[in-house]
Amino acid sequence: MVRRASPIFLERRSYRRRRLVDAVRLLPFAGIAFFAVPILWPVQGGPSLAGRTAALFGGWIILILGAAMLARALGRPPPAGED
Amino acid sequence: MTAQSFVVPAALGYGALLFAIAALAEARARQGRARWLRGPWVYTLSLSVYCTAWTFYGAVGYAARSGLEFATIYLGPTLVMIGWWWGLRKLVRIARVQRITSIADLVSSRFGKSGPLGAGVTLLALVGTMPYIALQLQSLTVSFAVLGGDPRPAFEDLQAFALWAAAGLALFTILFGTRALDASERHHGVVTAIAVEAIVKLVALVAVGLFVTFEVLGGPGPAMARISASDLPAAVAPGRWVGIMALAAAAFLTLPRMFHVAVVENADEGHLRTASWAFPLYLFAMSLFVVPIAVAGLEALPPDANPDLFVLTLPMAAGREWLALLAFLGGFSAATSMVIVAALALATMVSNHIVVPMWLWSQGGGAALSGDVRRTTVLSRRVAIGAVLLLGWAYWRASDGGEALAAIGLVSFVGVAQILPALLGGIFWRGGTRWGAAAGLVTGFAVWSWTLFLPSFGDGIVPAAVMVDGPFAMGWLRPTSLFGLSGMDPVVHAFVLSMLLNSFAFVAVSLVTFPTPLERLQGAAFTGVFESRASGADDARGADPEALMVMAQRLLGPGRAQAFFRGWAARQGQDGYLPDPTPEFLMALERELAGSVGGATADAMMAQVMGRRAISVADLVAVADETAQVLEQSHALQLKTEEAERAARGLRDANAALTRLARQKDAFLGQISHELRTPMTSIRAFADILMSNDLSDAERARYAGTVHDEAMRLTRLLDDLLDLSVLENGQVRLNLAEARLDAVIDRALLAAGTHGLAVRRDPVDERVTLFTDADRLVQVFANLVTNVRKYCDAESPELRFEVRRRDAEVLVDVVDNGTGIAPADRTVIFEKFARLGDHAAAGGAGLGLAISREIMERLGGGIAYLPGQGGTAFRVRLPRRVAPAGHREAAE
Amino acid sequence: MMGVQDGPDRPRRVALVEDEPNIREALRFILSRAGWRPFVIGDGATAAERLAEDPPDAAILDVMLPGRSGFDVLRALRADPATAALPVLMLTARGQDKDRALALALGADDFMTKPFSNAEVVERLDTLARAPQAN
Repeated sequence: MVRRASPIFLERRSYRRRRLVDAVRLLPFAGIAFFAVPILWPVQGGPSLAGRTAALFGGWIILILGAAMLARALGRPPPAGED
Repeated sequence: MTAQSFVVPAALGYGALLFAIAALAEARARQGRARWLRGPWVYTLSLSVYCTAWTFYGAVGYAARSGLEFATIYLGPTLVMIGWWWGLRKLVRIARVQRITSIADLVSSRFGKSGPLGAGVTLLALVGTMPYIALQLQSLTVSFAVLGGDPRPAFEDLQAFALWAAAGLALFTILFGTRALDASERHHGVVTAIAVEAIVKLVALVAVGLFVTFEVLGGPGPAMARISASDLPAAVAPGRWVGIMALAAAAFLTLPRMFHVAVVENADEGHLRTASWAFPLYLFAMSLFVVPIAVAGLEALPPDANPDLFVLTLPMAAGREWLALLAFLGGFSAATSMVIVAALALATMVSNHIVVPMWLWSQGGGAALSGDVRRTTVLSRRVAIGAVLLLGWAYWRASDGGEALAAIGLVSFVGVAQILPALLGGIFWRGGTRWGAAAGLVTGFAVWSWTLFLPSFGDGIVPAAVMVDGPFAMGWLRPTSLFGLSGMDPVVHAFVLSMLLNSFAFVAVSLVTFPTPLERLQGAAFTGVFESRASGADDARGADPEALMVMAQRLLGPGRAQAFFRGWAARQGQDGYLPDPTPEFLMALERELAGSVGGATADAMMAQVMGRRAISVADLVAVADETAQVLEQSHALQLKTEEAERAARGLRDANAALTRLARQKDAFLGQISHELRTPMTSIRAFADILMSNDLSDAERARYAGTVHDEAMRLTRLLDDLLDLSVLENGQVRLNLAEARLDAVIDRALLAAGTHGLAVRRDPVDERVTLFTDADRLVQVFANLVTNVRKYCDAESPELRFEVRRRDAEVLVDVVDNGTGIAPADRTVIFEKFARLGDHAAAGGAGLGLAISREIMERLGGGIAYLPGQGGTAFRVRLPRRVAPAGHREAAE
Repeated sequence: MMGVQDGPDRPRRVALVEDEPNIREALRFILSRAGWRPFVIGDGATAAERLAEDPPDAAILDVMLPGRSGFDVLRALRADPATAALPVLMLTARGQDKDRALALALGADDFMTKPFSNAEVVERLDTLARAPQAN
C-alpha cells in the first residue's frame, strides 16, 4: 500500500507511455459521447435511416480502429518502472 | 428441398464435431502443445458467448421493430471492452491473485469471504439465467422446425427435440467442464469449442448478410436507398437508447457466463489488450448486416413472417437451402455455446456456494479432515449442470414457448445487473461492507422481481388489477410505475429504479455498518490490487501443517497437494512435506483451495482445521441420515485407498532403506576399522619404542602416557559402540524414576566439565519433575555440553539452557554462541562417526550425538538441530512422564 | 647408526602426511632414529603442493586425511612431473583389500595397514628409497 513517490521528470519513453495510458483511459469516454449522439437526432426529418446507420457504424469502426492502435502501441515492451 | 433432409444429420454431425474438437483440444493441452489455444484470439472468440441465439436471430427482429436501437445491445459491451483499462483489467488481476472461480466467488471473497453473500449471488444468477437458457432452447427448436419445413411449429412437436438438445448439452458440459476440479483452471475443450462456434456464427451471419445485400437488395448502393425507404423507424427513443446501452454494458460484466469467459478463463492479462478492440470488431461484424436483413425481410417476405426468423427464412424463400442450413448452424452455435458456458458457470457457483458449504456444515467440525470433499465437489458440480439444464428445459415448457420468451433477454439482463453495484463497489471502494452488499442485492432483486420479472409472466403471477392500481390499491407501488414514475419504458424503468435503489442501499448500509477485519483486509487487497502484492495474514496460531496437508489432499488430490506442500517446504528451506504455517504459506494454501471450492468455502475449511473460529452455522447441522450414510461410504472407500497407498509407500521406503543400508555398510565397516585401528597404531608403535633401551626417563614417561591415553580412547570407543548397539537393538532397560530436570543438568555439567565455559541457566524454568531415566538423560546433556566444549569457536564460549513446558512435554534448548553448523552438515551430525572438521580436535569417536538420539527415542522424546539461534543449538524434547511400556509408543 | 652412509652427505628427507598427532610422533621418532629427516604435513589439502615445491626423498601418506583423501593426494602427486617419481608408502587404517588395490593402481610404491611394526616401516621405506637409485 506504499505508493512510490512519482518523479516529476520522467524519461521520455516513460512519459510517452503514461500519456498512452491516459489515451486508453479516455477512449471509452469518447465512445460514450459518440454513442450518445443518436438521441439528438430529430424524430422528424434529419438524416435518412441509411445515413444514420452509416454514421453509427462509421463512428463505431473508427472507435475500434482507435482502440486497436492504442492496444498495439501499448503492446510494445514497457520501460521499467511502470505497472 | 435437399437441405431439409439434412437438418437432422447436420445438427447431429455438428454436435459430434464439437465433441471431437473439444476432445482434441483437451488432448493437445495435456501434451502441452496448446499454446495457441490460449492465445488472445481464442480468448476474443470465447467472449462471443455474449452473442446468443437471442442476438443471432433476435437482433434482426429487434431492428425490424425498433430500428437502430438493436445496436445498443452491442454498443454497451463495446464501451466496456474499450474501457478495459478501468474495469476488466482490474477484475482479471483480482481474479488471478485471489483465484476467483465465479462472479459469486468474487463478491463473496471481497466481502470477507461471506458464505451467504456467495449463495445470494448464486441464486440471483440462477433466477436470472434460467429464462435465458429457456430462450436458447426455444430458438434451437423453432429454427430446427422452421428449417425442417414447418413455419409455424406446434409446441408439442418441439418437446422431444428440446429435451434431447438439453441432454446433449448437459453431457458436453459435464464431459469437458468438470474434468478439472479447479474451476480456475482453464477448460481447454470447452473454450476451443466455443471459439469454433464463434467463427461459425459470424461466418453464417455475414454470409446471410452478403447474400441479402447483393442478391436481395441489389448491391450496397440500392441497399442504402431501400433502407431509407423502408418502414423502419429512423429515430431512436432517447430513454431506451441510453438505458439499454447501459444495461448491456452492465450485463456484459455481470452475466455469469460472461464473467466466466472474460475473467475466470482468462489465461493472460495481455489478452485483454487484443480483445479490447478485436471483440468490438466481432460485435461490429455481427451487427453490420442486421439492418439490411431486416429491411429485406420486411420487403420480400409475407407480412405475417416472424422477423425473429428472417435470418433463416430469407435464404429459404430464395431457395438457398444450403445458406439456410449454414444460418441454422450459426444459430445452433449461438444457442449451444451460451447454454454450455452458462451451465458451467452456474454449476460452479451452485457447487461452491451452496452444495459444498451445506455439506460441510452438515459434517460438523471435522468435515475438512474426514469426508471426501473432492469427490463431493465434482459430483455436485456435475449434478448441478444437469439440474441447471433441466430447470431451463422446465422453464421453457412452462412458458409454452410463447412470444413472452422473446422479451426475456432484457429481463434477464436487468436481473443479473443487480450484481453490478456490489461488484464495482467492491473493487473500487474500500468502504463497502458485506451488509451493504447484501442490502443492495436484496433491494435490487426485490425491485427487479416486482417491476419486471414477475410481470413478465403475464396475468398468471401478478393480477391485472395490481398492474393497473398497485397492490392494495396503493398506486405508488404499481409494478410498471413505482413511486409514480409512469410513462417510462418498462425495462428502462425497472433498470433505472433497481440500480438506483440497489446502489443507494449498498452505499447507505455500508456507511453505517462496520466491516470485519477480514473484510477490511480483502477490501484493501481488491481495491489496491495494482498497488501492492496482496498481503494479509491469517492468524497462524494453532495451524497444524499436518492437518492442513490432510485437508488439502482431500481437496486437491494427493499429488497436487503434496507437490504444493513440498514446494513450500523447500522454499522455507526444509526437507519433507510439512512447511511451517507462516502467514504467507497459509494465504497461498487458501488461495490454492479457493481455486477448487471458492473463497468462502476455502476460508471456512481453513478455519476449521486451524480452529480459528467455530463455524457459526451449527444449527444447520441437522441433515438427513441418507447424506451421512453416503458420506460414510465414500469415507470408507477413501480409507481403503489410503491404506493401500500407505502400504505401497512403506514398501518403497523399506526398499530404499535397504539399498541405502547396503551401501552404508561398507562405509561403516571402513569407518569402524579406522576408528579402532588408529589408537591401536599409536599404542603398538609406542610400545615398540618403549621396548628399546636408549630412552631418557622423560621420554619413557611421555610415551607411556600416550599409550595409556590411547588405550583409554579405545576403551571409550568400545563402550560407546556397545552402548549404541544395545540402544539400537532396543534391548536397553530404562531405570524409570522421578527426577528433577535441574538436578539432571547439574550432573551433566559435572560429567562433561565446564572449564572455560560460561553456563547460563534459569533455575525457575528448570524446576520440572520428570519421570524418566535420569542416568540416560544425563548422558544426553553431557554429550551436548562436551560437544559445545569441543566445537564452540567463540572467544569466550557461552552455553545457554532454555527450558519451556508444552503440554505433556518439556523442551530443553541447548544453545552456544559459536558460529553454528552449516546447513549442509546438519543432516549428518546425528550419523555415527560424524565429526565435522579436524579429527584431532574432536577427540571422541563421533558417536555422541548418535547415542543421544537413540536415547531420546527410547525415552519417547527427540533431539534435533535447531536452526536460527545464533550459534549451535539443539532442542531436546522430553515427555514429562516416560510411559513404562517402553519404547513402543515413542513419538515416531 | 646406519642409513646416512647410503646416500650423499645430507640425511634423506621423508614427508609424513598424517593427521593423527600420536601416530605422527611415533613415526617421527622411529624414522629419525633410522637416519631419516622427517617433516610433517598435517592435512591433505595442501600436501601435494608442498611436496611438489620441495620434493623430499620419500613420503608416507595416510589414506584418511582431513581436507583431501590420501588417494586424491597421490593422484595429484603422480600427475605433477616434480613428484611423479617420488617414492610413496601409503598407510591405511581401514584395512580393506580394495584400498590396497586402489593405492597400487594409483601409483603408490608400497602399502601398509595400521597398526604397523616399526621395524617394517623403516625397512620398507629404505627399500623404496633405494629402488629408484638402482636404475
